[in-house]
Amino acid sequence: MRQEVFMAGMGGQGVLLAGQILAQAALEAGLELSWFPLYSPEVRGGWVTCTLVIADGEVGSPVVGRPQKMILMDGIAVDNYLDRIHSGGLAIINTSLASGEVNRDDIELVTIPATDIAAQLGSEQATNMVLLGAYVQASGVVELQAVEQALHRVLPERHHDYIPTNVAALQRGAQLAEEQLQ
Amino acid sequence: MPERQLITGNEAAAEGAIAGGCRYFFGYPITPQNRIPEYMSEHLPLIDGVYIQAESEVAAINMVYGAAATGAWAMTTSSSPGISLMQEGLSYMIGAELPCVLVDMVRGGPGLGNIAPAQSDYWLATRGAGHGDGRCLTFAPFSVQEIYDLVGQAFPIAQKYRNPVMILADAVLASMREPCALRDRLDPPEQKPSWAVGGDQKGRQRNIVNSLWTDPPVMEEVNLRIQQRYRDAAQNETRWTEHGADDPEILVCAYGISARICQTAIEHAAEAGIACRLIRPISLFPFPTEVIADWAQRVKKVLVVELSLGQFIEDVRLAVEGACPVERFGRTGGMLVTPEEVAERIIEIA
Repeated sequence: MRQEVFMAGMGGQGVLLAGQILAQAALEAGLELSWFPLYSPEVRGGWVTCTLVIADGEVGSPVVGRPQKMILMDGIAVDNYLDRIHSGGLAIINTSLASGEVNRDDIELVTIPATDIAAQLGSEQATNMVLLGAYVQASGVVELQAVEQALHRVLPERHHDYIPTNVAALQRGAQLAEEQLQ
Repeated sequence: MPERQLITGNEAAAEGAIAGGCRYFFGYPITPQNRIPEYMSEHLPLIDGVYIQAESEVAAINMVYGAAATGAWAMTTSSSPGISLMQEGLSYMIGAELPCVLVDMVRGGPGLGNIAPAQSDYWLATRGAGHGDGRCLTFAPFSVQEIYDLVGQAFPIAQKYRNPVMILADAVLASMREPCALRDRLDPPEQKPSWAVGGDQKGRQRNIVNSLWTDPPVMEEVNLRIQQRYRDAAQNETRWTEHGADDPEILVCAYGISARICQTAIEHAAEAGIACRLIRPISLFPFPTEVIADWAQRVKKVLVVELSLGQFIEDVRLAVEGACPVERFGRTGGMLVTPEEVAERIIEIA
């Protein structure tokens, strides 16, 4: 098993944190992985990406030209990266900040208004967790419960108050992905 | 097996140094390696170590020089422009036959460049170390675990050969997170080396640490002694790994992050029916010349993949000695290649 997921969005959306939480879940599931961030120098509002390669053997390249799967958190990310998804791959798009209309018919699509859903659950900042939940459900790379557990390891203790909202966001994203992919 | 933790390459370099016995760190901030001094500043004071943020890279390397002269296991880390500034100090340390460890997390250059990944300090690391007839022993890890392991191992190697050891990595390896198995931290040896200076301690022999040899025959003798250590290091410290086909058409040579990219690229090439073998030098000086020379006799072509415009390829060409054509593929200035692009190039030249 070797799974590549590329995540992209704008600074402040939690692209890197979502990747780190998934990486921690994969580590605790006994898998090999690499998490590779690349972002512009701005503190807020610049572009942010991370590539996560998860494997049950050697990871190989942490750099991937045509990833199998993508989580795209805003319209700019969709414009910049959607073309690069490997044929037969999967895109999870945040339709609160991007159009769900895409010019690819060779990939699977999950469209979720993640920012609106996160706001309904109590915090727009949980947008990344809605999308991560959808990805975990669609890819089956690890159990959703492992991701919920990883929140405790990755988030500093002063932020553990936010864990229930994040867990709710993960579960809601997973549920929506399951409905769309049926 | 110890529990594996998810840490960055920068954190692995810092913790690897502490685990290997380093207790003295002197540095000056520069992206993309700032997490190393930050980590050292958090951890060294808790274990009776010394962390000093110097006023410049020039000051930092000269603090390393001073600490090393007393027998302390000292290090500094920086990124490309900062390593340029340290060249004079390195030359003086080589001349004074002093050990230290430094890490270069290479970024795009020349000049101030950018903070993106590059491998364009190959010459600086393997030929540099300032003026004179000396070089740094240079090792190039390709994973977070290997950064941790090599930085720790670099301290005894530096002591053994009384020479600076350079760990050459890049902005990808610095910032990426991978599982890393951490060992217990070793204490540095209590016994100081026989050449160390000890200030005004009574009852010790008087040592002089110096790189000024005004008498040319004496200077030549020092240089020949240093060269002999490099020959010994070539015997004992030459390291590489090999991946891929046993009966290859194409030999791929790459180090560091490029080698990681090539690991996947040669799998893509194999799917397209082209058998490749990847040789990854871990030690860049000493260079694994013989293994490349052997394989060059048995393949159609050699493809060198580097994130620089023809630096690493020179050592490969010296090893191949015209046995077969040697081509280069790569980007520069902070741009990366993908495994797919490398595989396409392999298919084109096969």
